Amino acid sequence: MTPEEKKQLQIAACRVRMGIIEGTHAAKSGHPGGSMSAADLFTYLYFKELNVDPANPKMPERDRFVLSKGHTAPGLYAALALRGFFPWEDLKTLRHIDSYLQGHPNMDMVPGVDMSTGSLGQGISVAAGMALAARVQGNSCRVYTLLGDGEIEEGEVWEALMFAHHYKLDNLCVIIDNNGLQIDGPIDQVMSPYPIVDKVKAFGFEVVEIDGHDFDQMEAAFARARETKGVPFAIVMKTTKGKGISFMEDQVGWHGKGPNDAEYEQAMAELDQKLAELEAM
Amino acid sequence: MSEVKKIATRESYGNALKELGATHPEIIVFDADLADSTKTGMFRREFPDRHFNCGIAEANMMAVAAGAATMGLVPFASSFAMFASGRAYEQIRNSIGYPRLNVKICASHAGISVGEDGASHQCCEDFALMRSIPGMVVMCPADDVEAQAMVKAAYAYNGPVYIRLGRSPVPVFEHRPDYSFTIGKGEVLAEGGDVAIIATGLMVYEAMEAAKLLAEQGVHARVINMATIKPLDEELVLKAARECGKIVTAEEHSIIGGLGEAVCAVIAESGVPCKVKRVGVNDVFGHSGPAAALLKEFGLSAEHIAEVVKSF
Repeated sequence: MTPEEKKQLQIAACRVRMGIIEGTHAAKSGHPGGSMSAADLFTYLYFKELNVDPANPKMPERDRFVLSKGHTAPGLYAALALRGFFPWEDLKTLRHIDSYLQGHPNMDMVPGVDMSTGSLGQGISVAAGMALAARVQGNSCRVYTLLGDGEIEEGEVWEALMFAHHYKLDNLCVIIDNNGLQIDGPIDQVMSPYPIVDKVKAFGFEVVEIDGHDFDQMEAAFARARETKGVPFAIVMKTTKGKGISFMEDQVGWHGKGPNDAEYEQAMAELDQKLAELEAM
Repeated sequence: MSEVKKIATRESYGNALKELGATHPEIIVFDADLADSTKTGMFRREFPDRHFNCGIAEANMMAVAAGAATMGLVPFASSFAMFASGRAYEQIRNSIGYPRLNVKICASHAGISVGEDGASHQCCEDFALMRSIPGMVVMCPADDVEAQAMVKAAYAYNGPVYIRLGRSPVPVFEHRPDYSFTIGKGEVLAEGGDVAIIATGLMVYEAMEAAKLLAEQGVHARVINMATIKPLDEELVLKAARECGKIVTAEEHSIIGGLGEAVCAVIAESGVPCKVKRVGVNDVFGHSGPAAALLKEFGLSAEHIAEVVKSF
């Protein structure tokens, strides 16, 4: 990736973070922490990796993305809006009673959303079903799914990993956002899923561990995912929950609440400054 | 009685699926290590490339089926009723029902007639669970002919469907030459004005036999086969309520949450004066034993239906 390309991704990621703050502030609720930890991934997927077309969101050969950790919809919505799937201004209707931007993604309402999710553990199974179906249909699309590290405490996730390996779904890429926190606290205190990489490897996946805020590492990981044949691929990305906002970073309390007006102002000021720095580069 | 031809509705499912598979390449079948029992194995033998065993992991299977449906395939997912509707309830609710995906859940070994496996496998709650999901079509065939037609109708319908199938062979009826199956339509099998017996699944045959017993005693029972539990044929229920003033429902399911309660709700809200009694599994668990003996013990018999008819 060229320095200019990386800079543009960083700018886009900053805007996605602004979208997350806009949405969760307007909603007075929602899940900024996990949206922020995955903001760089959402950006990379929708601006670099996925074969998608905002003008034709249902095109059959498109790559699919299933947000298995559906509560981080604010991040997905911000990336979709920035990519042109729907108006940016609509992010401010997040979770409102007359909005199509439901608290958790709804595939029938939101252009660009490939599956309705929200109940943890199910999205990865759905993604595996999509990957299997694509093979049956001779569709060369790829399927991506993002899980939380707390989410993988769900038993269904391991059923899905077993299934994906059994059927050699090498068109499936499973991404785990290892931000280390879940609602009740640090994941290793609530119910440790560690060692995540070893476990997923033991299920037969090709696995890489990356810094989930580093676009170069993402590029290398996704390239390897595309090249891997015969087994499914997983990316375990180390991230910081609340990444990008000083007072949200690594704070469990920011899992599921919206910023108030003062917090909104501060968060936007930090992001404005970051954006100015990036644009000046 | 012994010369009556009997076929289990799971067998009918296997045959219909195999037939559909030949002309519909978009049909894909999932099973959870029970393919020989649910009879999806019949499809597998013909179309091994479109049958996928998910192992003993029903929750994953249902959401995998949902994913396949988003791609435009028509998935049929099968397990025993207990595990399909119970274990995987929330996957069905959230990943199939909420997005209204075109998945056909065909669950075998429902009810007390599972027999020797006992209570852990005798699912008498699946109607209740599946009815509670918005938009879910819930059906239960009475015999082989209806089961095959129902599976084909489910394929033709675009949306989530739950079909309840049985393990034990059940009598095959004599069908009218113009027989056809329509989702949401009940069928009057015998005319009568003293009472209406509204039955589903293997209880339809028992209802017909009950009507014969009652006729010998001068009671003329209308028998309705209610193969679609949801959406319920409310018109047919209310017609029976108005014309008979007395209804007995019969199902191999808990009296809670199934056909009986659905019929009661329609009548209660209509204002039509009509008394209803429900024959079903009376809020208890089953136990091991031969299917026929269990059905008798739990009151799922023509004799018991006739007794209930005369009791009010």
